[in-house]
Amino acid sequence: MSLKLDSKIPSGPLEQKWERHKFESKLINPANKRKFEVIVVGTGLAGASAAATLGELGYKVTAFCFQDSPRRAHSIAAQGGINAAKNYQNDGDSVHRLFYDTIKGGDFRAREANVHRLAEVSVSIIDHCVALGVPFAREYGGLLDNRSFGGAQVSRTFYARGQTGQQLLLGAYSALNRQIAAGSVQMHSRMEMLDVVLVDGHAKGIVTRNLVTGEIKSWAADCVIMATGGYGNVFYLSTNAKGSNVTATFRAYRRGAAFANPCYTQIHPTCIPVAGDHQSKLTLMSESLRNDARVWVPKNKGDSRPPSQIPDSERDYYLERKYPSFGNLAPRDISSRSAKEVCDEGRGVGPGGLGVYLDFADSIKRLGELKIRERYGNLFDMYHQITGENAYQMPMRIFPAVHYTMGGLWVDYNLMSNIPGLFVLGEANFSDHGANRLGASALMQGLADGYFVIPYTIGNYLAPENGKRPTTDHPAFKQTEADVRAQINRFLAIKGKRSVESFHRELGLLMWDHCGMARSEKSLTRALNRIPALRQEFWENANIPGDNESLNVSLEQAGRVADFLDFGELMCLDALKRNESCGGHFREEYQTPEGEAQRDDEHFAHVAAWEYQGENTAPVRHVEPLIYENVKLATRSYK
Amino acid sequence: MNLHLKVWRQRNSETKGRLVDYEARNIPEDCSFLEMLDLVNQDLLSRGDEPIAFDHDCREGICGMCSLTINGVPHGPSETTTCQLYMRKFKDGETIYIEPFRAGAFPLLRDLAVNRSAFDRIQQAGGFVSAHVGAAQDGNAILVPKTDADRAMEAAACIGCGACVAACPNASAMLFVGAKVTHLASLPQGQPERERRVLAMVKRMDEEGFGNCSNYLECEAVCPAEIPATVIGQLNRDYSVALVKDTL
Amino acid sequence: MNLLLKFWSSSIGKKWLVALTGLALLGFVVAHLVGNLQMFAGASKINAYAEFLHQNEKPLWIARIGLIACFVLHIVATLTLVKMNRAARPQSYALNRHVQAKISTRTMAFSGLTVLSFVVFHLLHYTLRVTDPRFRTVEEKGELQNVFDVYHMVVLGFQNPLISAFYIFSVGLLALHLSHGVSSVFQTFGLESKRSAQWMPTAGKILSALIFAGYASIPTAVLMGVLK
Repeated sequence: MSLKLDSKIPSGPLEQKWERHKFESKLINPANKRKFEVIVVGTGLAGASAAATLGELGYKVTAFCFQDSPRRAHSIAAQGGINAAKNYQNDGDSVHRLFYDTIKGGDFRAREANVHRLAEVSVSIIDHCVALGVPFAREYGGLLDNRSFGGAQVSRTFYARGQTGQQLLLGAYSALNRQIAAGSVQMHSRMEMLDVVLVDGHAKGIVTRNLVTGEIKSWAADCVIMATGGYGNVFYLSTNAKGSNVTATFRAYRRGAAFANPCYTQIHPTCIPVAGDHQSKLTLMSESLRNDARVWVPKNKGDSRPPSQIPDSERDYYLERKYPSFGNLAPRDISSRSAKEVCDEGRGVGPGGLGVYLDFADSIKRLGELKIRERYGNLFDMYHQITGENAYQMPMRIFPAVHYTMGGLWVDYNLMSNIPGLFVLGEANFSDHGANRLGASALMQGLADGYFVIPYTIGNYLAPENGKRPTTDHPAFKQTEADVRAQINRFLAIKGKRSVESFHRELGLLMWDHCGMARSEKSLTRALNRIPALRQEFWENANIPGDNESLNVSLEQAGRVADFLDFGELMCLDALKRNESCGGHFREEYQTPEGEAQRDDEHFAHVAAWEYQGENTAPVRHVEPLIYENVKLATRSYK
Repeated sequence: MNLHLKVWRQRNSETKGRLVDYEARNIPEDCSFLEMLDLVNQDLLSRGDEPIAFDHDCREGICGMCSLTINGVPHGPSETTTCQLYMRKFKDGETIYIEPFRAGAFPLLRDLAVNRSAFDRIQQAGGFVSAHVGAAQDGNAILVPKTDADRAMEAAACIGCGACVAACPNASAMLFVGAKVTHLASLPQGQPERERRVLAMVKRMDEEGFGNCSNYLECEAVCPAEIPATVIGQLNRDYSVALVKDTL
Repeated sequence: MNLLLKFWSSSIGKKWLVALTGLALLGFVVAHLVGNLQMFAGASKINAYAEFLHQNEKPLWIARIGLIACFVLHIVATLTLVKMNRAARPQSYALNRHVQAKISTRTMAFSGLTVLSFVVFHLLHYTLRVTDPRFRTVEEKGELQNVFDVYHMVVLGFQNPLISAFYIFSVGLLALHLSHGVSSVFQTFGLESKRSAQWMPTAGKILSALIFAGYASIPTAVLMGVLK
C-alpha cells in the first residue's frame, strides 16, 4: 500500500482556492521554459488546447494522435453545446449556480474544488474561443446566443448549430496549427502510444507505434500529458468513434497510475436503436429533440401494431407519468433507465424490442411541420438515412447507448496522476463530473483543462525537474520498448482462427448485459467469471494476420481489444464494490421503493481508485474521501 | 443482398495496386457501407487473407476520416459521408467500384487509405487567428451580425475529408482552402491576418501540388458539409486583393 | 511588371490572367461581330468600315498587337494550368463519373483548341487571303476605286458550303467556350455571390447564344442567297 491519494486541494474558501493556487504555483521563467519538453498524447479538445497553450508559453511540445490528423479526434462529434456561467441572459446564472448544478448533476461524487474551478474558468473559455474565430450562434443584435440544455433551468449553453464540438475542436486545432507553424509543437499523427516510460518513478516519456510503418519508437520528455479520451468502447457498441480506446490510460494504469471510478459510465437516452448484428456503432440523436417530443411505449406487452394504430389510451407516456415536473426532459441517466425498464417489461418497440418511441406528432400538430423541420431538419434527415424511416410521419425509435465515461485516471488538483510527471486531461481523467455528466459539460471540461488549468499547474511539477530529462538511451526506455515489442510479437504469434472484432463484440455484449445501465451483484459476479475465459480464448485463438512493419488494422485492434478485455474486468470489479446507486452507476439492489437510485453517502461518498498489482493479481482499491463543505448532500429529485 | 465489389488493393506506396474482385454476400440493407466492408473483411480474415485497409473513425459523418470513391464518386451516392451511406441505396447484384481518393497530394498508404496531411500543412500555413490564451476580451465585446456569423459557420462546417480534391478533375483543393478563408474573413476576429492568411495558404496549396479551379463544381456536388462553391470566389477575390496590396 | 510576375507565379494569379485576357478577347469577339453584321447593311457600308480601319493603321496595329498578346497569354497561361492540373492527379480513376460538371466546362480544352485552329484558318482566309487566289483580285468597281471589296470576298468565301460549315461549327464551339468562360470570369474575380451564382450561368448562355446567332447569321444568309 505505497500509493497515496493526496488531492492537493488548496486551503481557504472555495471561491478563492483557484486564485490562491495560481498565485502559489511555481513559475518557470521564459528562458527556462524552452528547456522543458512536454509530450501530449491525444489531440481532442483537452490535448489540442493543452499542446497549443503550452507551446505558446514556450515549452517544447511533442504531440501525438492515432488518427490521420489532429482534427479528427472524437470531441468533434459533440453536438449540443458548451456551458459557461456568463449569465448573458440575465436569468440568474452564476459561477456558483453552475458549480452547484454540476455537483448535483454528478450525484455528489465529484470534488467541490475542482468543479468550482471548472465553473470559474468556463467564462474565459467562451471569450477565448470567440477570439479564435469559433462561429458561435448569434442573435440578430450581434450578441452570443444561448439555449437551455440537458434539463438546466438557465440558458447557459453556447452553441454552433448542432456542431459545437466540431467548431470548438477546430478552434483548438487552429491554435495547435499556429504553434506547429511556429515550431513550438511537433505533431505526429497516425502514431499510437503503447506505453508510458517511468524513470525513477517519474513519467519521462512514452513508446509509440507508427501505424503506417510499424516503427516502435521512444520519446523522452520532462513530463507526459495524456488526453486520450474515454473508455466507452469497452461496450463495443457506443456513440464513441471506432478508434476510441482505453489503451493509453490502461497501460499507464499497468505502470502504476490509479484508475478512479471506472464503473461510472453515462448512457445517453436518445440514440438510434441497434438494427442488427452487423452494427458497428451507435448514433446519437441530439438530446434537444426531447424538447419537442413525447416518449412512449405501448401499454400492453407485445403490442406489435404500427404506432399510428395504437390509440392514445393504450400508450404509456412513462416519463410524463413518472416525473410530472420534468417529464420528457428528465436527466440522462433517469431517462435511460426508464427506457430500459419498459423494454425489460416486454413493451419495447422495433427489432428485438429494444426501443421506445420519440413522437413528434403533437408538436407537428401544434407548430407545423415546417417549424419542426427548421429546428431539427438535419437530425430527421440523419435518422432517415440510417433507418430509412420518415420521422415526420411516424415516431422515431430511440434507445439508450453508452456515450461518455466519467471515470478515468485519478488526478490531483494539478491534474497530475499519482505517477509524478504524468498529467491526465479531459475525459481521460476522473475529476469533474462525479458519477454523471451534465449535457454541454464535457466540452467545457476538456477546454478548461487544456487552455486554463494545465498551463498553470504544470509548473509545480516541472520547476524542480530542470535538467532531469533522461535520453531515450536510458535503460528504462530500452526495457519499455522491449515490452512493447514483446507484446506485438505475442499477438502475431497467436495465429488463431477467430477475428479480433468478434472478441470485442462478445466482450461488449457481456459488459452491456452485466455492467450496463443496471448492474447487480449477481450480474457482475457472472461477468467477472466469464471475462477471464474470454481473455484466455483471445490469447489462444485470435486471428491477427500480417506483420508489424506495415499498416495492419488487425494488429491495431488487437492491442486495443486486449486492453479492453483487462479493463472490463476492472470496471465490473469497481461496480461490484460500490454498493450504492449513484448517477451513471445503478445497482439494482440499491434503489428506493419507487425505483430511483439510492446513494449511500455514509459509506460511499468517496472516490475509488484502483492500483494495479500485476497480472492475475487482484488490484487494490484505494479511497479518497469526498468532503463537502459548501453544498448539502441531497437526494436528486426530478419528480 | 449480394454485391460484386471491385476494390483497389495496394500494399503500400512503393508497390503497384490493382482492382480486385470480391463477392459480398448476404449483406443486410440496414448495413452502412463501412459495415458492409467490415463484413467483407471478416470473410477475408476467415479465409486467411488480410483485410482491406480503409480510413474511418467517428462513423457519424463529422470527423472527416472516412473517404472512398464509390462508383467514381467520392463518398458515393451518400448525401454526406461514406460512413453515412446505407446499403439500401444499392441494388441487389450491383457491381460497385471502390477506389481511394486519388490525388498526387494524397499519397496512398495502403489499399483505400491515403495520406491527407497536405491539408494539415495548408492549415498550418495560416488557417488560424493568432489569439493568446488569457488575452481575450469578453465574448460579447465585439458584436457580430447574425448573417456574418451564419456565413462563417456555413464555411467553417468543412470536415476536411478531401472529397473536393478527390472529385475535382484537377485535384484542386480550392473548396477546402476557400472554406477556411471565408470562415475567418467573415468574422471581425479574422480581419487582422486576413491578407497574410490567404497569401500563405494559397502558396502552400500550390506547393503541395494540388490543381486549380476550372469551375467544374464537382467539389460542391460531393461536399458532405455542403460548402458552397462561392467560397472559391471569395478565395480568388481575397487572394488577388492581398496580392495587389502586397506588391504595391 | 512585378505584379504580373507575382500573378504568374501562383495558380490563382494565372487564373486571373486567363480571365482578364479572356475578357479582352471577348471584347474583340463582340466588336468584330458588330463590324461583321454591317454585311446586312450592304456592300458599301461594310467596305467603308473596312476602309476606315485600314486608314487608321497605327491604332489598328496597336489593337492587333494587344489582341495577339492577350491571345498568346490566354493560351500559354491555360496550358501551364492544365499541365499543373494533369500533374495533380498522376493516377486516374478506373471508373470516373461527373455529378454536376457541365458539357461546356468539360470541353474547354477541345473547344479552345478548335477555336484556335479556326482563328488561324480564318486569318489566312480573310485577313492574309492566302487560301483563295480569287480574293487577291476582288476589288470594288465604281465609286471607291482601288479599295478592297470585303463584302464580295465574304460572300464568295461563304458560298463554299464546307467553309461555311466549318465556320458555323467553330463559332458554335466558341459560344460553348464563352458560356463557360463568361460565368467563370465572375468566379475567378470573386464577384460571385449566392444570388449571382444562380443567374450567372444563364447570363453566360444567353450572351454566347447571341454571339453564335450573330456570327452564324452571315454564312447562313450567304448560303440561303440573302447576301450575294
